[in-house]
Amino acid sequence: MKIKGKVWKFSKNINTDEIIAARYLNTFDTKELGNHCMEDIDKSFAKRVKSGDIIVAGTNFGCGSSREHAPMAIKGCGVSCVIAESFARIFYRNAINIGLPILVSVEAAKDIKTGDVIEVDAKQGVIYNLTKKKTYKTECFPQFMQEIINAGSLLCWIKNRGL
Amino acid sequence: MGYTITEKIFSRHCSQRKVKAGDFVYTQVDLALGNDITAPIAIDQFKKTGAKKVFDRYKVVLVPDHFTPAKDIKSAMQAKILRDFAKQQKIVHYYEVGRMGIEHALLPELGLVGPGDLVIGADSHTCTYGALGAFSTGVGSTDLAAAWATGHCWFKVPTTLKFIYKGRLNKWVSGKDLILFTIGKIGVDGAIYKAMEFSGPVIKNLAMDERLTMSNMAIEAGAKAGIIEPDAITRSYMASRKAPVKSKQKYLKNDPDAKYEKVIEIDVTDIEPQIALPHLPSNTKAVGKVKNIKIDQVVIGSCTNGRMADLRVAAKILKRKKVHPGLRCIIFPATQAIYLQAMKEGLLEIFVNANAVVSTPTCGPCLGGHMGILAAGERALATTNRNFVGRMGHPKSEVYLCGPAVAAASAVAGKIIHPDAL
Repeated sequence: MKIKGKVWKFSKNINTDEIIAARYLNTFDTKELGNHCMEDIDKSFAKRVKSGDIIVAGTNFGCGSSREHAPMAIKGCGVSCVIAESFARIFYRNAINIGLPILVSVEAAKDIKTGDVIEVDAKQGVIYNLTKKKTYKTECFPQFMQEIINAGSLLCWIKNRGL
Repeated sequence: MGYTITEKIFSRHCSQRKVKAGDFVYTQVDLALGNDITAPIAIDQFKKTGAKKVFDRYKVVLVPDHFTPAKDIKSAMQAKILRDFAKQQKIVHYYEVGRMGIEHALLPELGLVGPGDLVIGADSHTCTYGALGAFSTGVGSTDLAAAWATGHCWFKVPTTLKFIYKGRLNKWVSGKDLILFTIGKIGVDGAIYKAMEFSGPVIKNLAMDERLTMSNMAIEAGAKAGIIEPDAITRSYMASRKAPVKSKQKYLKNDPDAKYEKVIEIDVTDIEPQIALPHLPSNTKAVGKVKNIKIDQVVIGSCTNGRMADLRVAAKILKRKKVHPGLRCIIFPATQAIYLQAMKEGLLEIFVNANAVVSTPTCGPCLGGHMGILAAGERALATTNRNFVGRMGHPKSEVYLCGPAVAAASAVAGKIIHPDAL
């Protein structure tokens, strides 16, 4: 599966309160959450982001709370993939569990800038920067996690196992 | 090669198969917790699995504590989803408003978690129960739904960062100051994917309430767990629970030749009460180094610092004093039992006489939910756990973190001060 999109770059330690503020946690409607994605660090992000765009960030993306509303909000505003130098562990699990593609690549996360157009080949573990005409490698998922990704979500995975 | 407590807990939940750090395991859990923010999604997902019943109605815990008593119509609808599910599934451990407390204070208080247990909760501060010698960790709603359906969860067994605290604790220095100091030292991603273990002579003598505070904030360094070897203090705490769970409690110890990723020694003798400045829990400083920072609101409570030990320290300082005019002080006993005990000890009277507000248990202001939201430009000093942008309200407000002694003294002074400076 290849994903192509325009990049929105964020810094390190982007926390789940910034991804979706607690005042919006009284719903779990993906579209509504998406309307407020990243609101407290970039008020107009949710309005300007286009379907298929890609988030690129520094280390520890998604730190803080366990709210699954965070990857849901990212999905809800149309973002197709998140690339970071590293992810906080609960966010990482949540994204995989709900089928939001996420990739770890230090070189890509450091080099890619806002506005770059990139193409991600998750299966091959390669990111192409079409703006800069550069190629980066991503870290492979452990085999166990790849099974969940292949199944599409955690729930599909447990269903495939017969619960 | 020996095993860490973490490896031993995972091993005993994997049908005695010996597991080591780095192994992926798909294992049974002893308890699976959700709240009014995370459980509605989990319930929705649970229904999609096609499962008719939860794996064990005694092992599912539901605590509506975040936006309760319901702060608005949408929150009331969320809480109702929990209530209806609990009724339909005959969940034994559903705690309604009036019996409810902040989940991570409530579960240990009730004896629902014990040493050797493996617990997941759809709340990042589930790591709190590490203080009891359990391996407990935060997960998302889908993981919770999967656990409710199957009784199992997948984990990568973490390596351990062992912290050894030595020396003599200074006056007013609490478990909160130790954990803030530690996070300041290693950073908000210093323990990412790892288990932190708190040990050494200082921890051996630390009361359970303060141990719970330390384990609670392990997640603020990115850790998967914040574990403490169970000992005599753990035994006496577990023995005094009103309804001890007859679970498979086991007092596990590290093998002498257990392998740690790193061992970090901290001499507490030089540690002063700590403050974490906006907007990360790792932006710590000794309180003495923070000058003339005026505050608009003080919050004392939360799953981090809303227990008896915290309220007693706050009351000691607020006794026969008044909260500074132009400042709001909001105090949250973490559970109904703590509220009642604080009432019996006369602490609530001290707080009200000091012009502080005492609230029913709720996570409320800690996450900017309700009961003390900040306006633009306002600054709060709180005994809570996070000071991210907009955490307690307006994105242009600020949160400083500290222990209960600094919070209470600063509430009187109107600015951040060392308790000795009052």
